[in-house]
Amino acid sequence: MNIVVCVKHVPDAQGERGFSDDNTTDRENVDGLLSELDEYAVEAALKITEAEGGEVTALTVGPADAVDAVKKALQMGADKAVHVSDDAIAGSDALATSLILAEAIKKVGQPDIVLFGLASTDGGMSVVPAMVAERLGLPQVTQVSTLEVADGNVTGRRDSDVASETLVASIPAVVSVTDQINEPRYPSFKGIMAAKKKPVEEMSLGDLGVDAGQVGLDNASTKVLDTTKRPPREQGEVITDEGDGGKKLVEFLAGQKLI
Amino acid sequence: MNTSFLAADNLTDEYADLQKMVRDFSQKVVAPVSAEHDKNHTFPYEVVKGMAEMGLFGLPFPEEYGGMDGDYFALCLALEELAKVDQSVAITLEAGVGLGAMPIFRFGNEEQKTEWLPQLASGEALGGFGLTEAGAGSDASGTKTTAREDGDEWVINGSKQFITNSGTDITKLVTVTAVTGESQTSDGRTKKEISTIIVPTSTPGFTAEPAYDKVGWNASDTHPLSFDDVRVPKANLLGERGRGYANFLRILDEGRIAIAALAVGAAQGCVDESVKYAKERQAFGQNIGAHQAIQFKIARMEARAHAARSAYYNAAALMLAGKPFKKAASVAKMVASEAAMDNARDATQVHGGYGFMNEYTVSRHYRDSKILEIGEGTTEVQLMLIARELGL
Ligand SMILES: Cc1cc2nc3c(=O)[nH]c(=O)nc-3n(C[C@H](O)[C@H](O)[C@H](O)COP(=O)(O)OP(=O)(O)OC[C@H]3O[C@@H](n4cnc5c(N)ncnc54)[C@H](O)[C@@H]3O)c2cc1C
Ligand SMILES: Cc1cc2nc3c(=O)[nH]c(=O)nc-3n(C[C@H](O)[C@H](O)[C@H](O)COP(=O)(O)OP(=O)(O)OC[C@H]3O[C@@H](n4cnc5c(N)ncnc54)[C@H](O)[C@@H]3O)c2cc1C
Repeated sequence: MNIVVCVKHVPDAQGERGFSDDNTTDRENVDGLLSELDEYAVEAALKITEAEGGEVTALTVGPADAVDAVKKALQMGADKAVHVSDDAIAGSDALATSLILAEAIKKVGQPDIVLFGLASTDGGMSVVPAMVAERLGLPQVTQVSTLEVADGNVTGRRDSDVASETLVASIPAVVSVTDQINEPRYPSFKGIMAAKKKPVEEMSLGDLGVDAGQVGLDNASTKVLDTTKRPPREQGEVITDEGDGGKKLVEFLAGQKLI
Repeated sequence: MNTSFLAADNLTDEYADLQKMVRDFSQKVVAPVSAEHDKNHTFPYEVVKGMAEMGLFGLPFPEEYGGMDGDYFALCLALEELAKVDQSVAITLEAGVGLGAMPIFRFGNEEQKTEWLPQLASGEALGGFGLTEAGAGSDASGTKTTAREDGDEWVINGSKQFITNSGTDITKLVTVTAVTGESQTSDGRTKKEISTIIVPTSTPGFTAEPAYDKVGWNASDTHPLSFDDVRVPKANLLGERGRGYANFLRILDEGRIAIAALAVGAAQGCVDESVKYAKERQAFGQNIGAHQAIQFKIARMEARAHAARSAYYNAAALMLAGKPFKKAASVAKMVASEAAMDNARDATQVHGGYGFMNEYTVSRHYRDSKILEIGEGTTEVQLMLIARELGL
């Protein structure tokens, strides 16, 4: 069972995240890391290959620093990595990102499963997995909190507010997983040392046969005109219980149309 | 010119990655449960399990014994990161590796190493080291616990005091020092022959008495031990007979570097908490961090932590290079434990009344740091050793 797991390098949410002058994510002034939600995808991939055999390839698209994201995946236990980097990619939207990912996956050689996280912790659109599935012509089992591989199928459970759906797709398939699926491992020191010897293949747009005119900020299908900082959180309303606390609470909730 | 000596902001990749990983673990896994375990005096089994899975208990041991093929400095980095948020967790690792497993690795024969090290290095089991007794602390010659030969066995009687990791559910052994005979010195005095013996905790007659009610390190496991006709095979002798004391001194020398690393973590944890608080807390119309008195207090704390870190990095570098490191280790242990104690006091002051509330990290450091000036050789003992190294 060979798996490609797509991992995004994002600015650390603990840092002071912001935007650059061209309204793109500021990646210069905040340390980057493997998007935390993608750790669940890496863990899911490792669990499958540990049980079934096969290789895990970690794939990222991003600037030079983004190699840290696949390095973390290698430390956790992935076997090899691919880093697609090209100046022309800067500012790419989800459509372009999915194109590059899809072409990179073809180049690696079609795996049995392509795994994704639920959403990146910066862009957070949660659309890239579906787009990649579409581009590869593969069935998609997205946003699942369980995952089983058996008899040539992947089966996962997608929980929503009103129902739980069980999704089955034949392999090869695209899967994205939530943070409920597992507890990602911390790399061991042995893993850290071993990762230094694992191969990381660098690819450019040229290597993938992707035309620079299809990607990048100038070719994004939408344009970010302006950004404003989120206003500081306002202090909550304090209700003092003077015998009628319950009533006041209900009034407050009703006023907010919450009940 | 070769400038690749160890420096705090210039760590090579694998050290830096380990440091980052343990820092992350400390913040996400350790910190959220620290106050609770401290309050309830409970051993953090779930945290220890996580550390075991990351291979922290195997850091300085070779792979053939289930280790991580790292080194002692890697262990120190992990201890520093853990101690920033929780000294109890850090001392559990320090004692587990430095006092539980290391004596077996250094002085054990092949059978002892293959039997015990894989369990200890994986963190599945913990080991303790029992030297201190009611009448023997700084001065180990006061040891009264005896081990008498009887056929193929040692029969151990006596008691030990303040032994770390000796009574957890996963403790499998305690290595103890015991008097195994007497010898005559050249000037005609009788001298105790002290040896070290591995005692599996399942041996009848071995009892870990109820845990102490301590000032700090509440989530670390410390017990008095009693030995009542405890019979273990002769083969459990660790290292040469009569070399118990000498062996143990070597272990303490390197252990001091580890304790120094732990103390630096505590000192730095105090700085980090204080910087954060000084930027938030308002008094007289501004952040308290805008008052120069607070700035200088925190700057001095940073200087202490920085200097102490340099001291332990230096001692570790000497040790790994195979150079004499006794004096450097004592200096590091002393300045780092004093830095921790001083910083804990100042950090509590920066936090005002909140700093006196037990749930605050700095208040825990305030209670936890004192023992750093006492355990594994008191400050006075370090001064004695430094003076001796100076030929005094
Ligand atoms: C108009 C517009 C302009 C934008 N401009 C910029 C810009 O200038 N700079 C910028 O950085 N961002 C920009 N973005 C955001 C950018 O489009 C997204 O970050 C990117 O396309 C991926 O989408 P996402 O982060 O929402 O991924 P999601 O769909 O939330 O990600 C889901 C999963 O897909 C995988 N994945 C996503 N991205 C990658 C990747 N790069 N490599 C490997 N796996 C991945 C991961 O497994 C992830 O968990 C822009 C977005 C828009 C709409
Ligand atoms: C929480 C905790 C965990 C511990 N864990 C372990 C463990 O795992 N294994 C173990 O064996 N021990 C352990 N100990 C014991 C610890 O190592 C001893 O407490 C320490 O070595 C000091 O010994 P003592 O308590 O007998 O003090 P003493 O030796 O009685 O010292 C009392 C005071 O006299 C001073 N003093 C002694 N001799 C001199 C001198 N010659 N000149 C000047 N001053 C002197 C000392 O510095 C100290 O200030 C632990 C202790 C604690 C509190």
